[in-house]
Amino acid sequence: MRRQLGLSVACAATFLIALIGMPLLNYFAPAQMATRVAGFTLSWLILGVLFFPFVWIISFIFIKRSIALEDAEVELVQRSREKI
Amino acid sequence: MSPFFALIGGVDPWIFAFSFVTVAATVWMGFRSAKTSKTASDFFVAGRSVSVGWNASAISGEYLSAASFMGVAGMVMSSGYDALWYPVCYACGYLFLLLFIAGPLRRFGAYTIPDFAEGRFDSPLFRKIAVCFVLFIGFFYTMPQMKGAGVTLAYIFPGMPYWAGVVLVGAVITFNVALGGMKGITLVQAFQYWMKMFAISVPVFVLMAVFGFYNNHVGANVAAGETSAPSTEVTRKALVEKAPKDNAWIAPFGPLTTKAVNAAAAALPTEKRAAYLAEHQRPYSLLYTYSLIIALVCGTAGLPHILVRFYTNPDGAAAKRTTMWVMILIGVFYVFPPIFGSIGRNLMPELYSGVGAKGTDKVVLELPTLLAAKSGVLGSILSGITCAGAFAAFMSTFSGLLVSMTGALAHDVYGRMLRPQASAAERMLAFKAAAVLVGGVAIGLGCFVEPLEINFMVGQAFAIAAASYFPLLFMSVWWRGMTMKGAAIGMLTGGLCALGAAALTNLGTLALDKGPMGKIFAGFAPLNGFWAQHPLLRILCEQPAIWTVPLAIGLMIIVSKATSAQVPADIRMKMLVLHAPEKLGLKQEYIQEHQAGAGH
Repeated sequence: MRRQLGLSVACAATFLIALIGMPLLNYFAPAQMATRVAGFTLSWLILGVLFFPFVWIISFIFIKRSIALEDAEVELVQRSREKI
Repeated sequence: MSPFFALIGGVDPWIFAFSFVTVAATVWMGFRSAKTSKTASDFFVAGRSVSVGWNASAISGEYLSAASFMGVAGMVMSSGYDALWYPVCYACGYLFLLLFIAGPLRRFGAYTIPDFAEGRFDSPLFRKIAVCFVLFIGFFYTMPQMKGAGVTLAYIFPGMPYWAGVVLVGAVITFNVALGGMKGITLVQAFQYWMKMFAISVPVFVLMAVFGFYNNHVGANVAAGETSAPSTEVTRKALVEKAPKDNAWIAPFGPLTTKAVNAAAAALPTEKRAAYLAEHQRPYSLLYTYSLIIALVCGTAGLPHILVRFYTNPDGAAAKRTTMWVMILIGVFYVFPPIFGSIGRNLMPELYSGVGAKGTDKVVLELPTLLAAKSGVLGSILSGITCAGAFAAFMSTFSGLLVSMTGALAHDVYGRMLRPQASAAERMLAFKAAAVLVGGVAIGLGCFVEPLEINFMVGQAFAIAAASYFPLLFMSVWWRGMTMKGAAIGMLTGGLCALGAAALTNLGTLALDKGPMGKIFAGFAPLNGFWAQHPLLRILCEQPAIWTVPLAIGLMIIVSKATSAQVPADIRMKMLVLHAPEKLGLKQEYIQEHQAGAGH
């Protein structure tokens, strides 16, 4: 359970850094974020298009690891039960 | 006969046909499915035989409302970059739900948030408090759905007034729910998702193929510091006076987040304006942006009608996979509405001058008709498809909300508080009466909100959820020191503050309306004068999450510490049930022990 929470917190931190960082970048580096990329501004491209795949990757990694952690925990408990 | 012909005159047969077929098919499917699954447990257990793909489609189908289908596009058109936070946070809020709440809540085995509130603190009283917020959040969420209905009908029937559309659609859905159709059956909801996905994506691709791609439409706007637009392939129409300027529209901290400061500056003498704006505009809009993000991300994790769906998963692993697929399905969907918004800005700027039902909120419906000039009937067919998608959007969400609010009234308020000894027939009658009552109130509220933006109103429902249910769920899942009093005081104070702030904002905005609403709500006009003096207070009222969420969590901690003697006695066991994997079999033991003890 502690490792599960650790995993959740790590994934949430990655997400929150991006989420809190975007407005800060817009605020402190407006010129860079207004750079044009194929017609979009960089800021528009990141928020309107690239942010979605970024979240999918976080959730994919979380699910793989979290299910693996659960299986490991169950195996551990079952082994210790067999010993008794 | 003449009013009838005035109504029918100007109706496009294609648009009407597509919309009518959608409504008829939805009602028919609802009744068919309702026949095969009669009880509430059927509804929940049925999901267990359903695959991850179907389940994820069903959750997405229930989630994508009129705000997602029409509101986001309208708001991107009217406000530009800042409105992009809405679709991003609507989709990404699910990550928070996945990481912290969905798994434990599902393991606890409570079907709804009031169930969880009662089980976690062993307090039927707390259940009653928690039920109130199902109604509060629900009514705020139904108002934009009703506006979506009014706008769509006013578009299909050009002669029809806005309120008539609200009453007609509201009445059809209300009677449908009261008679037992539309119980949120997995199959119907999943069908609705694919319908909405088809209805938004196909017209976008056709429009982009004819009028130029997304990047060219965004690139047609000249940003600050640029001398000419980066892409000139798009032929724009001249912007009207009410439209925001290019540099404000395309850049962060634009018209949406700077509205309060601009209003305050307008009240100042001319020579002081520039200095005032330079000092306050950007910091205040940063604050606005963060408050909006908190409301949407935390609010997604606290929506009563969405959490219910996670129990249709057979186990934790499937629940997690379902959540990931939900994020992918709604994420793909949310790429499309901003495309409508940016194309609409270039090709249909006349919508900026429209108010209420004739404003930017109808851009999704009307934009495909531009094709009529180039390829005849194709424009009407595509417009019919987006109208059908809009019907699917507000019908599915309004019925879902109506079912959960009616359930709360009939089951908790009538069945448990007013007449616990009521018979089955009386309960059935109470359900129908409650459905008509809730539907009637929702229709009444819907008639007043024509001047407000659809997407903005949904954001307010999220803000109330973020300050009430989110702190409750998050804190009671992860902190064992929480007591019932702490949870109740925190949730009530935070939620009611957010509710009050949202209501004040809406009353102030309605007082500004030039139509009949402005006259009805004229009494609230001084509020706008006050806010022009204090733009910071206006922002904190318009986007209250930045202070109400910490307030709710803070109160929960302080009051729980003060009443720490009242922590439930079996808290260790409860925490174990919330967090241990199901495969260990702890839950079964807990439930049996609990049932033997409490006699449930």
